[in-house]
Amino acid sequence: MKYRSVFDIIGPVMIGPSSSHTAGAARIGRLARLLFGEAPTEVQIHLYGSFAKTYRGHGTDVALAGGLLDFDTFDERLPESIQLAEDQGIQLRWFEEHAVTDHPNTVRLRLKKGEREMEIVGISIGGGKVEITELNGFDLRLSGHHPAIFIVHQDRYGVIAEVSNQLAEREMNIGHMEVSRRDKGEEALMVIEVDQPVDAAVLTDLEKLDHVIQVAKIQD
Amino acid sequence: MFKNAAELIERAVMKEGSIAEVMIQQEIHEKGKTRDEVLQTMEERLDIMEQAVDRGINEDVESVSGLTGGDGKRLAAYAAKQNTLSGPVLLDAVAKAMATNEVNAAMGTICATPTAGSAGVVPGTLFAVKDQLNPTREDMVKFLFTSGAFGMVVANNASISGAAGGCQAEVGSAAGMAAAAITELAGGTPEQSGHAMAMTLKNMLGLVCDPVAGLVEVPCVKRNAAGASIALMAADMALAGIESRIPVDEVITAMYKIGENMSDDLKETARGGLAATPTGRRLETEIFNISLDRS
Repeated sequence: MKYRSVFDIIGPVMIGPSSSHTAGAARIGRLARLLFGEAPTEVQIHLYGSFAKTYRGHGTDVALAGGLLDFDTFDERLPESIQLAEDQGIQLRWFEEHAVTDHPNTVRLRLKKGEREMEIVGISIGGGKVEITELNGFDLRLSGHHPAIFIVHQDRYGVIAEVSNQLAEREMNIGHMEVSRRDKGEEALMVIEVDQPVDAAVLTDLEKLDHVIQVAKIQD
Repeated sequence: MFKNAAELIERAVMKEGSIAEVMIQQEIHEKGKTRDEVLQTMEERLDIMEQAVDRGINEDVESVSGLTGGDGKRLAAYAAKQNTLSGPVLLDAVAKAMATNEVNAAMGTICATPTAGSAGVVPGTLFAVKDQLNPTREDMVKFLFTSGAFGMVVANNASISGAAGGCQAEVGSAAGMAAAAITELAGGTPEQSGHAMAMTLKNMLGLVCDPVAGLVEVPCVKRNAAGASIALMAADMALAGIESRIPVDEVITAMYKIGENMSDDLKETARGGLAATPTGRRLETEIFNISLDRS
């Protein structure tokens, strides 16, 4: 069951014209910005399928730019967001891809600032609902129904236990968890869906743990 | 969580008393919110819908491309002046549905129901039957929960995305949702809501998504008109006691399979259908001032 809330169907409140190609695109852009944690200076945007064919007409480009500026789906600045991004020194580079993807509305975003880089793949599955299917080369299968914590860490023994201890101390329940790594001992990604809201203090404490590189969250 | 329309209807009949109440209880349970909070959120969305309808009917709305705008207002003015062929309620619904979609095309603020391209049907029919049935504000909020419940069944068992399932998944779903909610608001049973949804969707099966220039304008605005009128027709049929021979869940499954069989050219890629007509191509070239190769 991908859709569980009535407000996924009656909603979102949004600037037109398309829930999947405008509102959904804005949400993917915003999730990318959130996970990156700061404004990027350059973003490469690769559009696939229907996104690639119709992004001009649907304002998908405008919406992605708006999301990358941390605008919500109903933000009235959305129509001007490409110009606003430029004004803020964010260079946007667009690529219309021909490769066939699993979902027709797929976008791959590569965010950069200085040495930092992040790559994220999002799909817009209809009515404004989106899923993040890949982060920095790691496959994800998030339900999107609960808050999620993203932890980039070194692949060492005990890190997963430390993280889950921290959550247990705060009486936070883990509903779903994924761990993946590039290679033994290399960089790894932990994604944890929890039942409780995630406040900033949790992230600060998790970030202090040994071998943890970066922490981010998305609310549902 | 109800998995399909049969479970939704059964729960309404056996336990909660109405489709709207099943959806409200489900939302309270799923999100851990209070009943007041859930109703409040929906009422805010109702306000947004009302503002979009008012804007489209009263203001001169025009999209950036210039392809759409003003037809909802035009139809409302026509219907106000004379006796019409299809009657005041139906034309009011059609005018308000188009008006909402014109506001959407003009990058105005709307509430997706279930999508932006199909955002006219549910509010258009609601604000048209409002004058006929005199519902309270809470009844109107419940109308949206009933719509949402049936929309969720489609979203979870088929699709509400034009790119995945064609226009049948967007305007088709919206019209089915509206038909079910009108039926409930007019005093129909949960089963009759299901039949209204089924009869509506059956008339929308196979509808392709072929937007000219990839814009949510042509033919989207006028398909919202069709969606609103079929929804009203099917609600009246259901209230008259007419039943769908094919159960609503099977109609939804059929819609899903038809969407799977549909060529990608006809699923929101602007490669086929009306988008590929000579006029569609000419408009596209004029709007973007370049020739786009979509082959």
